[in-house]
Amino acid sequence: MLLGEEDCINEEGEFVINIGPQHPSTHGVLRLKVWLDGETIKKVEPHLGYIHRSIEKMSESFSYRQFIYITSRMDYLSAHMNNQACALVVEKALQVEVPARAQAIRIILCELSRLSSHILWFASAGLDLGGVTPFFYAFREREAINSIMEETCGARLTQNFMVPGGVITDLQPDFPKRIKEVLKQFKDNYHEYNEILIGNVIFQNRMMDVGVLTKEDAIALGCTGPVARASGLSCDIRKLYPYDGYEKLKFDEILVTGGDSWARCQVRMAEMLQSVNIIEQLIDNIPEGEFVAKTKNVLKLPKGEFYQRVETARGELGVYIVSDGSATPYRCKYRSPNFANLSAIPHISKGHKIGDLIAIMATIDLIIPDIDR
Amino acid sequence: MFIKEYFGTIFKSIKSLLTGMKLTGYYFIHPNKIITEEYPENRATLNLPERFRGEVIMPHDEKNEHQCTGCQSCELSCPNGSIKIITKQEIQPDGKKKKRIDTWVYHLDMCTMCGMCVEACPTTAILMGNEFEHSQYEKQYLKKVLNKPGSRLKDGVE
Repeated sequence: MLLGEEDCINEEGEFVINIGPQHPSTHGVLRLKVWLDGETIKKVEPHLGYIHRSIEKMSESFSYRQFIYITSRMDYLSAHMNNQACALVVEKALQVEVPARAQAIRIILCELSRLSSHILWFASAGLDLGGVTPFFYAFREREAINSIMEETCGARLTQNFMVPGGVITDLQPDFPKRIKEVLKQFKDNYHEYNEILIGNVIFQNRMMDVGVLTKEDAIALGCTGPVARASGLSCDIRKLYPYDGYEKLKFDEILVTGGDSWARCQVRMAEMLQSVNIIEQLIDNIPEGEFVAKTKNVLKLPKGEFYQRVETARGELGVYIVSDGSATPYRCKYRSPNFANLSAIPHISKGHKIGDLIAIMATIDLIIPDIDR
Repeated sequence: MFIKEYFGTIFKSIKSLLTGMKLTGYYFIHPNKIITEEYPENRATLNLPERFRGEVIMPHDEKNEHQCTGCQSCELSCPNGSIKIITKQEIQPDGKKKKRIDTWVYHLDMCTMCGMCVEACPTTAILMGNEFEHSQYEKQYLKKVLNKPGSRLKDGVE
């Protein structure tokens, strides 16, 4: 019995149902227990742990080179950013200077994966609300980005391209040409996204005034990323605490006041263009030189605590490492953006209809493996 | 006023629906813009990039010689324990005993294709291959021995 001890209808006449863990619109194994009064949501309770793999505990038995690859499995759509956070924390502890070429490569690949992640959000948001067609248009561009990842990093999703001190290998010679092709394809097709889904009246009506998250709540619940920026909270780590050379680039932090699902859509659609803008600034002037700094074979971090945060496609990812001076971390803790963003769902879906819960989940854009780790 | 607004909304909705349908209609009458590939049918023309990580391979040259010295760097660098190297002592022509590999066991079922072993190898004895169709009916077939029978270390590789 999935519901546990309670009956389906409790004493107060509330109807208790499960959304998930196998529901297609949860994009994974998220289980939401929903208390309903008719069709109106009275309470939502997320239940976690269906995809817990104890990545934090596993990291304690890995060396500082090995523990990077497993973070690709947390937020698999921002695998580059997760790897970058781990590489940065090791570099910070060892005080390694990352070569300029490696930094440029990292930023290009991270922005590409942010773009592909937002494209996937666009595809799945339409799919959740019943529009199957946008999915295929979005996957056309995503496929092109994935092909570049395959050519450059050797894998389409779990790339494992970042190492402490730089990147694992140099770019292939036709990399700038391929990137320009993809960016041109994306910019030519961007108007189709607006025509087929964003400009659609049915989609807009299902998004507007649904799941309003105020700025105060966004701060109180620890929301970050596009979810918080849609509420007007400035929280872009790339701007506030620049890392890996983001301070040299010109880009805008997208801020929308409104806080509803429609605002979250607008933030993501605008961030796609910002990612394109960042890549275009870098692609013609990737500095020459080394792609990785020289590090020792066995990395040993000095005794102490180290913290580094990066901006993934969904918000702020923090990596906290306690080192006892040996070759493996003593304790490793990931502050994942999706876990904090999930806590907004029970708060903002109260009083809405059950169909609006799907729209809220679509715009919060959760990746379940990142919640459970 | 109300009636005007009411019909205005209907008109706007129909217009936005037609905008979307115009786009889908465009692709309906332009079938050459479709980029979908039919996977099992296109096996012959499937072009995978050189860097694609599908499995670990150990290249042998025409004299059946490999470059693995048995230093076990890959075994240490593997996060999943999918590599096991069994070494032996081999008597060289000059009478000295030297460490050589006996079997290079590769557990494909445990491998996550992270490529750390290839990165750690000091003699580039192993590479990532392009083969990605690994499905088998029994788990035991996924345990592979990479060094070919009768193979030996290439001269000059230390």
